[in-house]
Amino acid sequence: MISRYEVQETNKMIQESNLDIRTITMGISLLDCACDDMDKLCNKVYDKITRKAEKLVETGEIISKKYGIPIVNKRISVTPIALIGGATGAHSYVPIAKALDRAAQTVGVNFIGGFSALVHKGCTNADNVLIESIPEALDVTQNVCSSVNVGSTRTGINMDAVKRIGEIIKLTAERTADRASIGCAKFVVFCNAPEDNPFMAGAFHGVGEREAVINVGVSGPGVVKKALEEVRGADFETLCEQVKRTAFKITRAGQMVAREASSMLDVPFGIIDLSLAPTPAVGDSIAEIFEEMGLESAGAPGTTAALAILNDSVKKGGVMASSCVGGLSGAFIPVSEDHAMIRAAEIGALTLEKLEAMTCVCSVGLDMVAIPGDTSAATISGIIADEMAIGMINAKTTAVRIIPAIGKKVGDSVEFGGLLGYAPIMPVNPYQCVDFITRGGRIPAPIHSFKN
Amino acid sequence: MKGIITVVGKDKVGIIAKVCSFLSEKNINILDISQTIVQGYFNMMMIVDIDAAKGDFVEIVDQLSKLGQEIGVDIRLQHQNIFDNMHRI
Repeated sequence: MISRYEVQETNKMIQESNLDIRTITMGISLLDCACDDMDKLCNKVYDKITRKAEKLVETGEIISKKYGIPIVNKRISVTPIALIGGATGAHSYVPIAKALDRAAQTVGVNFIGGFSALVHKGCTNADNVLIESIPEALDVTQNVCSSVNVGSTRTGINMDAVKRIGEIIKLTAERTADRASIGCAKFVVFCNAPEDNPFMAGAFHGVGEREAVINVGVSGPGVVKKALEEVRGADFETLCEQVKRTAFKITRAGQMVAREASSMLDVPFGIIDLSLAPTPAVGDSIAEIFEEMGLESAGAPGTTAALAILNDSVKKGGVMASSCVGGLSGAFIPVSEDHAMIRAAEIGALTLEKLEAMTCVCSVGLDMVAIPGDTSAATISGIIADEMAIGMINAKTTAVRIIPAIGKKVGDSVEFGGLLGYAPIMPVNPYQCVDFITRGGRIPAPIHSFKN
Repeated sequence: MKGIITVVGKDKVGIIAKVCSFLSEKNINILDISQTIVQGYFNMMMIVDIDAAKGDFVEIVDQLSKLGQEIGVDIRLQHQNIFDNMHRI
């Protein structure tokens, strides 16, 4: 029999500590929509998404009511568009982005991911068309998210793509300059991109996936923080144990929701993503967890260790709670979406270099970081190359979602609104890397022995 | 199928009566009930059987929440599985 204490504990997590299911993401394969006529392709894409995901939002709401736990986002990920666009021979895939956007609005999801290309070894013609379409696609659509995988541990890093992506990010920022350069907030560049990630902006439905799948992202940094308040001053073993126990409970709720959604929608369950994802709300922050662990602010010496402990313990607790774990599964550290990270950046405690170090021990990478609008494309490419190198050498996923906020300089801040929050403009190392980036070519795959 | 009803709010006359008569109308059987009052705050938990309930579970959730607003307390009905899953291996 359920005890009163257990009921209270769960409901306190939901009501006071912002426990929620962050996203139910339906992955949909669009491989069968490939077609040599662009209009036909767009119609097929729209029809398939609206048919498969017709009841996604409604199902999420029913489950949310049944169990009394908020399900914040209902989203869709699709096959990387470069894979289906090639057959058209078109010079722009913006029409496909518009079709995705219309489909997202029809079914009522807030984001659709998969305007993507996988170019970790090289670019096909279609990949080049997709990459060139990104600035316009992110400008003229509301709900479409885009990503490009430019490196992997097995193949190395495609530096031609890294160079071009730096320029593409600048162009995207300029095209959306009147909206706080928000286009860049919907674009991620990856190394070792997971094919089953339910979180935006980097979600896409990988080619190794089935026809359609339900992936669920759980969250709950507030719950972890609350749990750590109970062990204030205790040793690290106790700290880790407490995080594990909490992550277990959070993940079990996610697993239950995923199973239920899968059965109601008659779409197979894929994975649970164990990521702790913050929101701008107070009490829903990763940086607050660091403070609870004993750091004055995120960015202080010890932050990387604190993040490593958090990330590892969340995985240890979560893995046992779910039948299949996947996606990014770690702690997210998006600056603009976490009020205590914003504060740390504002007071100068958190720098770009410290964030980079932190990404060595957690998913995902430099996430939602705003930099001065006059930062050069080559410098952005340099920042991307550094982050990709960390992912490649350490066999982990890393990513960059960086916003050169046009017209803004260090000391200003930029407001994205909603879940994307706002970000102070962070200073960038002023020394140049242009000769390094313009070399072009490919960084060969790393050696997998002699790990030092 | 079991549901857990929690009622939290400032104590007053007739909270249990109103909740119970609603449940009776809906043919929902109460299996267990426990209640405390701490510093004037009413806190009740019920385990109910909803197999024979008249109406859809989600509708009953909404109706109970509305009843709570009328009385001035917070009433939630949740499916038992969320607690089982989070607290039992």
